[in-house]
Amino acid sequence: MAAIATLKDLYETLSPGLPGAGAAGLDRLRADGYARFLADGIPTTKVEGWKYTNLRDLAGVSLAPAQSAANTDFDIPSVAPGKTHRLVFVDGVFNAALSAVGTLPPGVTLDSLRGLIESSPATAAEVLERFPAPKADTGLRVGPNPGRGQSGGLVGLNGAFLAEGAVLTVGEGVTLAQPVEIVFVATAADGAWHPRLLIDVAAGAEVTVAEHHVARGGGATFANIVGGVRVGEGAILRHAKFQEEDDAALHLASVTATVAASATYETFVLTTGGRLARTDVQVRLEGSGASTRVSGAYGVDGSRHADFTSLIDHVAANCTSREVVKGVIDGKGRAVFQGKIIVRPDAQKTDGHQLNRALLLSDTAEIDAKPELEIYADDVKCSHGATAGELDEEALFYLRARGIPADTARALLIAAFLDEVAEEIGDAHLRAYATARIQDRIGRLTGITVDTDVPVLGE
Amino acid sequence: MAATEQTVEQVRAVTEQKYKYGFTTEIESDLAPKGLNEDIVRFISAKKGEPEWLLEWRLQAYRHWLTMEEPTWAMVDFPKIDYQDSHYYAAPKAAKDKPKSLDEVDPELLATYEKLGIPLKEQAILAGVEGAGDMPAVAVDAVFDSVSVATTFKKKLEEKGIIFCSISEAVREHPELVRKYMGSVVPYSDNYYATLNCAVFTDGSFVYIPKGVRCPMELSTYFRINASNTGQFERTLIIADEGSYVSYLEGCTAPMRDENQLHAAVVELVAMDDATIKYSTVQNWYPGDENGKGGIYNFVTKRGACRGKNSKISWTQVETGSAITWKYPSCILQGDNSVGEFYSVAITNNYQQADTGTKMIHIGKNTRSTIVAKGISAGKAQSTYRGLVRILPKAEGARNYTQCDSLLIGDKCGAHTVPYIESRNRTARVEHEATTAKISEDQLFYCRARGLSEEDAVGLIVNGFCREVLKELPMEFAVEAQKLVAISLEGSVG
Amino acid sequence: MLEIRNLHATVDGKEILKGINLTINPGEVHAIMGPNGSGKSTLSYVLSGRDGYEVTEGSVTFQGKDLLAMETEERAAEGVFLAFQYPVEIPGVSNTTFLKTALNAVRKHKGLPELDAMQFLKLIRAKAKALNMNDDMIKRAVNVGFSGGEKKRNDILQMAMLEPSFAILDETDSGLDIDALKLVADGVNSLRSPERSMLVITHYQRLLSYIVPDHVHVLAYGKIVRSGGKELALELEAKGYAEFGSPEAA
Repeated sequence: MAAIATLKDLYETLSPGLPGAGAAGLDRLRADGYARFLADGIPTTKVEGWKYTNLRDLAGVSLAPAQSAANTDFDIPSVAPGKTHRLVFVDGVFNAALSAVGTLPPGVTLDSLRGLIESSPATAAEVLERFPAPKADTGLRVGPNPGRGQSGGLVGLNGAFLAEGAVLTVGEGVTLAQPVEIVFVATAADGAWHPRLLIDVAAGAEVTVAEHHVARGGGATFANIVGGVRVGEGAILRHAKFQEEDDAALHLASVTATVAASATYETFVLTTGGRLARTDVQVRLEGSGASTRVSGAYGVDGSRHADFTSLIDHVAANCTSREVVKGVIDGKGRAVFQGKIIVRPDAQKTDGHQLNRALLLSDTAEIDAKPELEIYADDVKCSHGATAGELDEEALFYLRARGIPADTARALLIAAFLDEVAEEIGDAHLRAYATARIQDRIGRLTGITVDTDVPVLGE
Repeated sequence: MAATEQTVEQVRAVTEQKYKYGFTTEIESDLAPKGLNEDIVRFISAKKGEPEWLLEWRLQAYRHWLTMEEPTWAMVDFPKIDYQDSHYYAAPKAAKDKPKSLDEVDPELLATYEKLGIPLKEQAILAGVEGAGDMPAVAVDAVFDSVSVATTFKKKLEEKGIIFCSISEAVREHPELVRKYMGSVVPYSDNYYATLNCAVFTDGSFVYIPKGVRCPMELSTYFRINASNTGQFERTLIIADEGSYVSYLEGCTAPMRDENQLHAAVVELVAMDDATIKYSTVQNWYPGDENGKGGIYNFVTKRGACRGKNSKISWTQVETGSAITWKYPSCILQGDNSVGEFYSVAITNNYQQADTGTKMIHIGKNTRSTIVAKGISAGKAQSTYRGLVRILPKAEGARNYTQCDSLLIGDKCGAHTVPYIESRNRTARVEHEATTAKISEDQLFYCRARGLSEEDAVGLIVNGFCREVLKELPMEFAVEAQKLVAISLEGSVG
Repeated sequence: MLEIRNLHATVDGKEILKGINLTINPGEVHAIMGPNGSGKSTLSYVLSGRDGYEVTEGSVTFQGKDLLAMETEERAAEGVFLAFQYPVEIPGVSNTTFLKTALNAVRKHKGLPELDAMQFLKLIRAKAKALNMNDDMIKRAVNVGFSGGEKKRNDILQMAMLEPSFAILDETDSGLDIDALKLVADGVNSLRSPERSMLVITHYQRLLSYIVPDHVHVLAYGKIVRSGGKELALELEAKGYAEFGSPEAA
């Protein structure tokens, strides 16, 4: 990373110009963020949670705000074109012209963070503080804690430059029929943005959110995203993230979600872009009967690096969690999976399952996996499974014996391997979109377009 | 639910500790002064009449140790150890001038081993063997505090060219072998406890199996910590030359004492082409009392190198003792087609903590490894499986299968699984599965409906849970281990 | 149609086939019977081109072409079909996607136009109905969650769709109860035609009561030791394979 001194200059130069500068609440949040960054720094591989992901690439990255291309005539991805409420950010900056928010039912608000700050810095600060932040220490571990601090420095960095982002609140009992989309488009050759994405779903409400990160001419940009999610009692949030940035981009994101009693949080992350992309998901199941589904699919090739890290924290009893993460690694690509399930002493009757599978397609591909269980309650059913290997030779032979050429057979099996993750997605729009994006990525990976024009029977 | 709660209650009422090896033996000891410094290292080396190179090696390790920090990554919690508050050398007086035969061994000591059920009197055993017919003999090296006091069956083994003696004797009699292999698997700079061991190790066992020889009997070391305020730092070195086979058993006990005692051993195994080493441990060091007072800190480094093609190293461990266990018997699979195995049962009860597992490093082609780890936590204990499977780029066709299961008994304990899986070869296949659950109410009820007491039922079910591992133990150990599994859970389990 | 000459093959360096000679004419159904470990399945894998089965000597000519020079999928496209003894489960790949991809690959090879979704759907429904397979089975992932009988029927459905000129049925009867066996045999019989040949590999005579062969061969320890008409199967059923000796004798 640019030297801390440079960052200091940047912080001091940019701070006065940030929206809401001078308002006490926001100044404090930014100062706290900066202090935290200075204290924790950029995580190194000596930090347990970053053992397999080295951020030395950050050294060459420009942390200055991106200079956007003037042309905004690009296509904007959507899970259901024309049928969603969307906020669009170009190089990290909110773009009202490209955004399209329809009529929202009473109790629902969807704002850009900048807009919120500009209208009332005090309210914005209040909203920001309502959301959970990732915890470096679970407070549980037996024995001395050898600096397992996770992403404190990065979250701090995000806080120091707090200005952009999206805030969605869904009031009690409201079902938002149309999905909400938050779209980040990279057009600049480099530069950084630090958005904050906040989703608050009140008791009994229901909403679907799709998050896109795409490049339209963008290059070696750096997105440092912090997300906060609250799912109230009995509420349902379906959240999908499609990370499809340029192969030169850096993408680091952490999302912290709290899930209340009987509520459901579903999250899916597709990682196919970026030279280094990491999504760190922390879900705390805080009320009895809460449930979460965390799923992820990734495809890496070249010398790209994808990291999926998750912590599912069973705080309350009678909660269920299910996690499926699968990925394909080609070329000199490297993938990291870290998944931890914690079951706290009171979280009896926990049902927690986790599966991680990696497919290695080349002789230089690498997977590092660390599926962890940390369990302090006895009446639980927890398991994890992890596999790494190449395509199943038996299946390949079977397909070829039916006349399917080897390359197509391989592409078909890879698609099948990843599609299983898409099956984890509850929402039909999100699922179909995820499948299409996976197929697209495999097409780029293998050079073969798998014919998915499968007749739907019974129609 | 109810049944378990009831049992946990019943069990909580039982205060009696069932550690049957908790006696001490009144033997006059030759003690080094407390503390650790270069002079103590020199003192130990001089006591053992070691050559200059070994003293230098010890000092090199000691100086390196001073630069190291105690590891904190394991899921274990204990007060900082004062390394100056311990004796680094204790030897039974009579053993000062190494006994020439068993007749010269202090009778008190022999009685101790008899109490432990460790047969040191060859003649008696031989007679017994002849009488018993097919009961195989076991050659024993007994290590009492810091020194090896007796090694049995040496003559019989010598006929086959097998060397089985204390490591001190090996340093004197076979320096070329010791110098060549000691530190070649676990280098002196390896880790905090191993490095400490290199500086102050006192004794241990040495085994060399020549080319093509199948060792005709189980070799065994029995470790006993007797003196108080004493650390035990033994080393074991086993070399299986081309095409040879050896099965080695290790047992450990210690008296009940209020303070914690440190045991930091190093075990190195080397298997050449087509050689097999089977290493079995039943670790029953004193675990401390039901309030967590006392008990052994068992910080052990065990590693085997499958240097030759088609070689095999198999670790089996039943860990029921110690206040804290920190132990990762590992295999470096260098030779093509070499095989590594790790079968483990770790039982923790009361306030015991165990952080144990293995590392399988796949370097050669078609190397295979199997890991089966069973952890049982009861009382307020914490049990962690920690393992690494690493497939290096040249390990074409490598295979690993890992199964980790944890059983929780009662709601005050913890069970954790921390596997690291790193694969850098496309053709390698790695599979890892882990489960955690509590002891099944249905199984308990079924057993009780058939007339078993709750404790017996638990013993039975847990033994069933561990079966895959226990069946890997040599016969001589298997029965003992099964009883141990049940006893370890007595008085705290439901 | 198929001409096997002095075929020798090894698996892991061990010779399993030790000189097989066999000629199959269009329209003929041949049965190969033999004790376990005689090389029956090895023969089927060698004919379909599985990796790890190395031909060390001999030749196989299929419709005038050198079969052994072809890749597995080329053989399938040329019209060789292997009904597996243990059809593999392929999670995530639906039967329809799989069969449509396979059928169009084979059609392309033959210079026929590819079928679009509706044409394909119509065809598979018709074929599936004849095998008593419902839409649900067609929609599911290939063989996943299928019973033994369903897997075999699925294989026969694939055969009906791909219309091969030569089919190898490897122990198609294994693991089937009598009703499932009849259903599968009916499916196979309906595919018999003067242009299509079949090689039925089986351990028991049972299957041959339903799929009646023109010729029966006994394979023992890597060689065809006896050939005859369909009555040979009955004789084997009565006497067993004992007279064909032990591995050492072969």
